[in-house]
Amino acid sequence: MSTAAAAPVKTMPEHHYLNATYGIRSWLLTVDHKRIALLYLASVTFFFFIGGFFAMMIRLHLLTPSGYLLSADTYNRMFTMHGVAMIFFFLIPSIPAVLGNFLIPLMIGAKDLAFPKINLLSWYVYVVGGAFTLYSMVSGGLDTGWTFYTPLSTVYSNSAVAPAVVGIFITGFSSILTGLNFLVTIHTMRAPGMTWFRLPMFVWAHYATSIVMILGTPVIAITLALAGMERLFGLGFFNPAMGGDPILFQHLFWFYSHPAVYIMILPAMGVISELIPTFARKQLFGYHFVAAASLAIAVIGFLVWTHHMFLTGQSTYAALVFSFLTFLVAIPSAVKTFNWVATLYGGSISFDTPMLYAFGFLGLFLIGGLTGLFLGCLGTDIHIHDTYFVVAHFHYIMVGGAIMGYLGGLHFWWPKMTGRMYPEWLARISALILFVGFNLTFFPQFLLGYLGMPRRYHVYPPEFQVYNVMSTAGASILAIGYLLPMIYLTWAAFCGKVAGDNPWPATGLEWKTQSPPLTENFEVTPVVTWEPYDFHNRPDLGLDAVAANGVVPAHGDD
Amino acid sequence: MSEQEHSEHIVPPATYLAIILTLLFLTGTTIWAAFVNLGRFNIVVALAIATLKATLVVLFFMHAKYSPKRTKLIILAGIFWLALLLGMTLSDYITRVDYRGVRFPISQVSQQLPAQRG
Ligand code: HEM
Ligand SMILES: [Cu+2]
Repeated sequence: MSTAAAAPVKTMPEHHYLNATYGIRSWLLTVDHKRIALLYLASVTFFFFIGGFFAMMIRLHLLTPSGYLLSADTYNRMFTMHGVAMIFFFLIPSIPAVLGNFLIPLMIGAKDLAFPKINLLSWYVYVVGGAFTLYSMVSGGLDTGWTFYTPLSTVYSNSAVAPAVVGIFITGFSSILTGLNFLVTIHTMRAPGMTWFRLPMFVWAHYATSIVMILGTPVIAITLALAGMERLFGLGFFNPAMGGDPILFQHLFWFYSHPAVYIMILPAMGVISELIPTFARKQLFGYHFVAAASLAIAVIGFLVWTHHMFLTGQSTYAALVFSFLTFLVAIPSAVKTFNWVATLYGGSISFDTPMLYAFGFLGLFLIGGLTGLFLGCLGTDIHIHDTYFVVAHFHYIMVGGAIMGYLGGLHFWWPKMTGRMYPEWLARISALILFVGFNLTFFPQFLLGYLGMPRRYHVYPPEFQVYNVMSTAGASILAIGYLLPMIYLTWAAFCGKVAGDNPWPATGLEWKTQSPPLTENFEVTPVVTWEPYDFHNRPDLGLDAVAANGVVPAHGDD
Repeated sequence: MSEQEHSEHIVPPATYLAIILTLLFLTGTTIWAAFVNLGRFNIVVALAIATLKATLVVLFFMHAKYSPKRTKLIILAGIFWLALLLGMTLSDYITRVDYRGVRFPISQVSQQLPAQRG
């Protein structure tokens, strides 16, 4: 291992996981967690494009009040398939299966995950599930909403519900396998000296996420299986005409799907907890609290699900209990946010691209989380339930929070994954475009919802048009903001400037090995003797010279 | 998990035979109970028998009885989570009232809906 900082001209290492073996078989049969992460990267990006296409259709259609592009029926299919592709096939696997897969073994000083073959299996399971869902999309599409509410999905819908349900059922197992692999790895494969409280926050976040994946996913699998059986064989679980109860479906669905929103946001919070200390050159404020908050979110997140059902005719008593619990779950998220801000305080902050994404996350997650409280409040929810306010709320969390975290993480670890830097200025400008596009797309939707525009309708009263035009305009800017990183990151993977082992520099173990790493990750098992995010007692980072005059080096690309 | 935790406990075939016979007997009991009208206890009896059967399967066929403590803890956590799912869902069903504010017996929940949609 060469210390990159000392060498004036950085060169790519001779051997690494990318050139260890060649050929399509060496990828499709790999058990290297890093290569599996790249397989996932390709497949979730594929589904992101599909979901993005449907989103474009929706936004173009809503340019005019009467909707000029799609029939009512097609419109229903567009928003449904948008949600299904984005949630089940992009957001849920994105950070855990790509960044988590790549980084967890590196961060704890292990050679691989505990079960490398199960890891590969999880990718194949994902692909098979994805294939079923794609089949549903091309063979008539799906029009039930991503929520599959009964009896629409089981009795009345004329779309291809069954293959979609089978696909999501199958893909669930890929999540379970990934979660299981992470838990066992974190428990049993930490390097000497890597105690629980020296784990990077990214690992803690994935620990909490894995718990949710393992305990929650079986419930969605069985729920969709029941709905599928009702549809195919006429068994009356949810159909009131046969003695079933449609509200029961919603209980079971949301028992998974609220925790699932935390599967999406917790890993992003983990990324942010890595970015902020690195680019503020400061130890993470309140390490133990941030770790505990991840676990608290995972646990309490399971106890709030009926806040999606306040207006369904559930009992007032239950609504009160769940409203109260919804307010409780906001506390650990707030703890984290305050800790990140406190970490920034007095730090020497640099504005590299990953940090821009971290700032974006902070602001957007704040808005998303607080508007969640509007929705969790029994009185206000009557007014804004099932309006565009809800749509804006969860896009602030999922797009503003989770995807910002994902992109920030991709930029931050891209030099580790590929050995090469992305073009910094282009990346900063893209991050800015993304931020502007995002807010222009989704902020007007808060206003629309407040004014009473319902979600999931293909027409709207003319007085709402100006906000819808803003939103569509924003969406086209947003699309550019996503395309740019895809293009320059791909370019950088092959032609970017060589990054060296630790370009930022950052404190984690993953930066102690070469970039890109060897197949075995480390030449010798590392021994951890330092506390997490400690920049002061780490002469190996080469920060002493600059620390004297208080300047933090950006990586100095341009 | 260390090697000796994996200890392969050898279960005598007689135990398996006894369990499968018990399961078959309980299945017979379920069928028999289905023809006896116990009023509101119909469901209680059916679920009690089913729970007993599931317990036997987990303990003996799935070797939970011979597993290390950590595995048992995981199983208990799973059951606890199931209890949360069922218990908190019931917090809705057992506190439902109709439009006059009259408590709904849980057995009538399914009748309530078509009527309301009526
Ligand atoms: C942290 C990540 C979060 C994500 C990813 C997320 C996502 C979502 C999604 C997808 C929906 C809409 C579901 C649908 O109806 O199709 C939703 C609704 C809702 N969210 Fe969130 N949410 C998050 C956080 C929160 C928080 C922190 C709260 C409250 C403290 C909250 C409260 C609500 C409520 C009450 C609704 C239902 C509103 C209604 O339908 O009337 N959410 N959220
Ligand atoms: Cu929720």
